[in-house]
Amino acid sequence: MACIEFRDLGHAYRPNPATAGDYALQPMSMDWADGGAYALLGPSGCGKTTLLNIVSGLVTPSHGRVLFDGRDVTALGARERNIAQVFQFPVIYDTMTVFDNLAFPLRNRGLADAEIRNRVHEVAEMLELSNELKRRAANLAADAKQKISLGRGLVRKDVAAILFDEPLTVIDPHLKWALRRQLKKIHQQLKLTLIYVTHDQVEALTFADEVVVMTDGRVVQQGTPEALFMRPDHAFVGYFIGSPGMNLCPLSLAGEAATLGGQPLALPEPMLRALREAGDEIRLGLRPEFVRLAAAGEAGAVRARVVQAQPLGNSLLLSASVDGQLVRARLAPETRIGGDEVWLRLVAPETLYFSNDVRIAG
Amino acid sequence: MSKPVNQKALLLIVPMFVCVAFSAIMPLMTVVNYSVQDIISPTQHVFVGTEWFRMILNDPDLQDALVRQLVFSLCVLLIEIPLGVALALAMPAAGWRASATLVVVAMPLLIPWNVVGTVWQIFGRSDIGLGGYVLTQLGIDYNYTAHTRDAWLTVLVMDVWHWTPLVALLAYAGLRAIPDAFYQAAEIDGASRFAVFRYIELPKMRGVLMIAVLLRFMDSFMIYTEPFVLTGGGPGNATTFLSQYLTQKAVGQFDLGPAAAFSLIYFLIILLFCFILYNWMQRLGQGDGHA
Repeated sequence: MACIEFRDLGHAYRPNPATAGDYALQPMSMDWADGGAYALLGPSGCGKTTLLNIVSGLVTPSHGRVLFDGRDVTALGARERNIAQVFQFPVIYDTMTVFDNLAFPLRNRGLADAEIRNRVHEVAEMLELSNELKRRAANLAADAKQKISLGRGLVRKDVAAILFDEPLTVIDPHLKWALRRQLKKIHQQLKLTLIYVTHDQVEALTFADEVVVMTDGRVVQQGTPEALFMRPDHAFVGYFIGSPGMNLCPLSLAGEAATLGGQPLALPEPMLRALREAGDEIRLGLRPEFVRLAAAGEAGAVRARVVQAQPLGNSLLLSASVDGQLVRARLAPETRIGGDEVWLRLVAPETLYFSNDVRIAG
Repeated sequence: MSKPVNQKALLLIVPMFVCVAFSAIMPLMTVVNYSVQDIISPTQHVFVGTEWFRMILNDPDLQDALVRQLVFSLCVLLIEIPLGVALALAMPAAGWRASATLVVVAMPLLIPWNVVGTVWQIFGRSDIGLGGYVLTQLGIDYNYTAHTRDAWLTVLVMDVWHWTPLVALLAYAGLRAIPDAFYQAAEIDGASRFAVFRYIELPKMRGVLMIAVLLRFMDSFMIYTEPFVLTGGGPGNATTFLSQYLTQKAVGQFDLGPAAAFSLIYFLIILLFCFILYNWMQRLGQGDGHA
């Protein structure tokens, strides 16, 4: 068990990175608490697997340091770090039985047979693999194979952290939930630091205490699922989290009031002043869940043309165009949209404002 | 109450059947036909039953050739398979070095059999061949036309030189197909280099190695051209393998009956060994079921 700290950690696969684009992972500092469950969330190629491999020691970072419980482990290889890693595709030793698979890391470290037996049975019990121990691992289903991968990490004492690299990709949907529940249970039981890489926000948000959102090799926000949903620090987080993501509408502050596509918005005076000071590329962000319909011509509301209204059962998803800017609204399922024009209220207590993608107010 | 009978679908397999008949069944039946008859002249032949088979099986020359052939094929497999795997493991995984190595390694495969024989025939001569000259200068009494041992070694080394690249290429393809995650997991599990080979690389190469073993067995068991060019089967009969023996019978002495009988036995031996090897390798790696 360990708390993990990154100090100015960055990685470039090419030597002498000059611009931000040369980094697979841009230099950053971050602390992860002992026993916490963290998810690294981001689109493919955002650097999350690079960060994971730096934690496990498979990749040696080109910049900065990694500390486990204050001890500098940057130079140590995967072998010396006591971490467990589960990969996207099940990695098992085909020719071995489940027992031998689980015993493999211990045998490599020269433990006594009796102790190996004890540890393997203990871990098999926990992962519900006890009945499969004598079977050949190659004959098992994908979810059991992933459990073996995990088990090979867990058999070792003093595991610092468990790392998951999109472990549920190849698992059947109906088994995903069961396996995820089991992972959570083990996490609570062992109180291990747990790091989970995924591009699936539902997986990340249900699994982790804190989610680290990444894009283009950059960590844009670390926070609880609620914080990411309600107060994204970065426009990318707002857009990436939530389904559909946050509405982001460019505002013009040229005139007396803030306008969206020529229609004035009723912004409070102090907010308007703050935005004017903040400078350029101001965008309004509001989650579809908080967009409300307004009466025609109501002050501060904007007129929009209906593009599509999709009944989703538990809600009605309205897509509308405000002078060319697409805005989505998640409305009560019984809402009726009459005609092809609606009025929407975009200024609400939940409304956020971004300047150059960074949240400045709201 | 009978079902309507419509066998028109059978017509669909007729083209395939005709092709196979011309390419395999009819030539084979011709051989079977010869093997049970004594062809005295084109118009005169007598049915002799299993006489040729009994004669051939009791022929001491054939028995010697068969033993030589088995020893040779066994040596070929024992040397070329491990050597090919070792070569594949040593080859670079990516980049221009990988391409360059592949080309160099594959080179011997592009050379025609009889040229290989000629190359080694010259190479091994102590007067004008580099190999033979060096060995003689080192004080080794090397002469592949006079000494059985030297002839054997030369034929064997020639085959290893010619065909190990095939095993290496197959093994290399097998190695490249292993995902990185396996190596990463092994590193995390603290596996030694040997354990990585034993538990990841070797099992993952099982399929391609099976092909390599079968190909090398069949090919080496039918070897003809290279030793024929290099040693002509000598000295004495020391390097006369089965194919050369068969050619002597069929073309040299024109004993079509015995040659046909022997062809069938030859064919059955190869079939039998391939069957045994295949089943043995299939089962290999699945029997590790102890806990």
